[in-house]
Amino acid sequence: MDVGKIFAVGSRERTFQLKARRDAGLDSPRWQPPHYFTCKKCERRATRQTWASTLYVCPNCGHHQPIGGYYRLSMVLDHGSFRELDAELQSKNVLDFPGYDEKLEAQRAKTGLADAVVTATGKVGGVPVVAAVLDSRFFMGSMGTAVGEKITRAVEFAAKKDLPLIIFSASGGARMQEGIFSLMQMAKTSAAIQRFQAKGGLYISYLTHPTTGGVTASFASLGDITLAEPGALIGFAGPRVIEQTIGQKLPQGFQRAEYLLDHGFVDQVVPRSEMKATLTRILKLHTQGRKHGA
Amino acid sequence: MIKDILKEVEDLDAAINAAREAGATDDPADALLGNDGADTPDLEVMEARRTELLNQCTDLTAADRVFLARHQGRPRIDEYINVLFTDFFEQRGDRQCREDPSILGGIARYKGLPVTVIGHRKGSNTEENIRYNFGMPGPEGYRKALRLMKQAEKFGRPIITFIDTPGAYPGKEAEERGQGEAIARNLAEMSGLTVPVISVVTGEGSSGGALGLGVANHILMLENAVYSVLSPEGFASILWKDSSRSGEACEIMKLTAHDLQQDGIVEEVIPEPLGGAQRDHKALFTALDAALQRHLTQLCKLGGKALAEQRYKKYRQIGL
Repeated sequence: MDVGKIFAVGSRERTFQLKARRDAGLDSPRWQPPHYFTCKKCERRATRQTWASTLYVCPNCGHHQPIGGYYRLSMVLDHGSFRELDAELQSKNVLDFPGYDEKLEAQRAKTGLADAVVTATGKVGGVPVVAAVLDSRFFMGSMGTAVGEKITRAVEFAAKKDLPLIIFSASGGARMQEGIFSLMQMAKTSAAIQRFQAKGGLYISYLTHPTTGGVTASFASLGDITLAEPGALIGFAGPRVIEQTIGQKLPQGFQRAEYLLDHGFVDQVVPRSEMKATLTRILKLHTQGRKHGA
Repeated sequence: MIKDILKEVEDLDAAINAAREAGATDDPADALLGNDGADTPDLEVMEARRTELLNQCTDLTAADRVFLARHQGRPRIDEYINVLFTDFFEQRGDRQCREDPSILGGIARYKGLPVTVIGHRKGSNTEENIRYNFGMPGPEGYRKALRLMKQAEKFGRPIITFIDTPGAYPGKEAEERGQGEAIARNLAEMSGLTVPVISVVTGEGSSGGALGLGVANHILMLENAVYSVLSPEGFASILWKDSSRSGEACEIMKLTAHDLQQDGIVEEVIPEPLGGAQRDHKALFTALDAALQRHLTQLCKLGGKALAEQRYKKYRQIGL
């Protein structure tokens, strides 16, 4: 992120960049003692600044750390193009689940997010798109009514404006605290994607760590193009549940992005450093020179 | 708890039947001698007690309904097909990998009208449970179901699905072959079908494994069936790290038929005989048959586009 860029454009971009910086752990304006961050895989540590300069890919082992929604969007969207959609939409305690309201409040305070997904319009390599990013810091990116509704609205918006759609998934699955309503969001989002695709819309599904449960079993698996981040855990049932069910250890690398690539469920595994370039290439392949039959 | 009540009711059933049989096969000479006089009051007492017990079953807790929904004696998919439909022709295999017996499907006639019937198959004894993997399908099962549904659409047949599963199978091969993708594909494709789709939740409907056959125009649900995001045990273990609190989870989850009808997810609740469907299959089938016919007639009046639109709207409005 280029600090100089922050003040070059209007307040919308400034707020967005500040949110991205907060996601990246670089929000403090004053000098602070080096804040170390330990890689969850190789357990080597480095300063936040070092991590930010490598896009939160471990400089030592290449492990891709989960990152926040605004931060990811700031990596992908062209400068100044970000427009957030439905920023205010929040989940309600539909089951009157004890303690859920308080937990939602705590998650909002912790992450600065309204719910587990950020949806926006913007440009990627000059191509206008609708983008949604699930944020695993907020209730494990789980899909409740707010996530389902925001995704559906984003898909419908893309369909209406005839824009390509990119969804970055990172989710533990359905949000348990919202019960059957969460489950039904799977049908709702999948139906919206189906309509969008039937209309000729391009949907790029970008799977990041972790994508499991109800999100895998709905919109995340329906991409025209499916990409995955290296090492991302992607599956329907979690590894622990499977091990309990079958009573044996799972092989190394099971349900990881590369494993899915081998089994035919992912087009390409794309490292974070190439994310924007790859998305731009795909978008241009679909938007430029599309004269024949169009 | 319904479990204890049912246990006593079943004991009484056995005792009453035994007493009746003894009465029926009694030597007429005994009657003349007034020997059976001692039995009759017993029988009456037992029947009164049974009625009293069954009357306690009118106001069941959610946990009671979960117990009933999983009752081994509940009618299974093959029985629904045999009783409600005629001329069933089973279709097997997903045309890609294998045949998954956890889902049963094919073409049949409903009141003479050709329809496609698909449902989770659990089996009604331990041996069958194992053969059908306790009604937990793999991706092949969902892909077979989708193949049958697309075919139904091609030939303009209404689709009726029966939902009764603890969830999609969480196994190694299931993951390798794309359990998530298979369910997602079903959700997307079902939402756009241009023929009527009716789902009947007959037992336990858990998680994406249930929804994978359940994107319907109308959802009917048996009175004691349950439908939820996850089994109450799984729910409790995820949220409280304690699966023994499943009873508490049942009450919170709003998973009963009446809850779901109130929430606008289920169109009609099919009443079950007192004490659960396992006590009187015939009464259940009569009620279900009537409702099914009503809903099917209603949906058959709509055109293909209107059906897809109605289905889309039904799910679109759930949630915020």
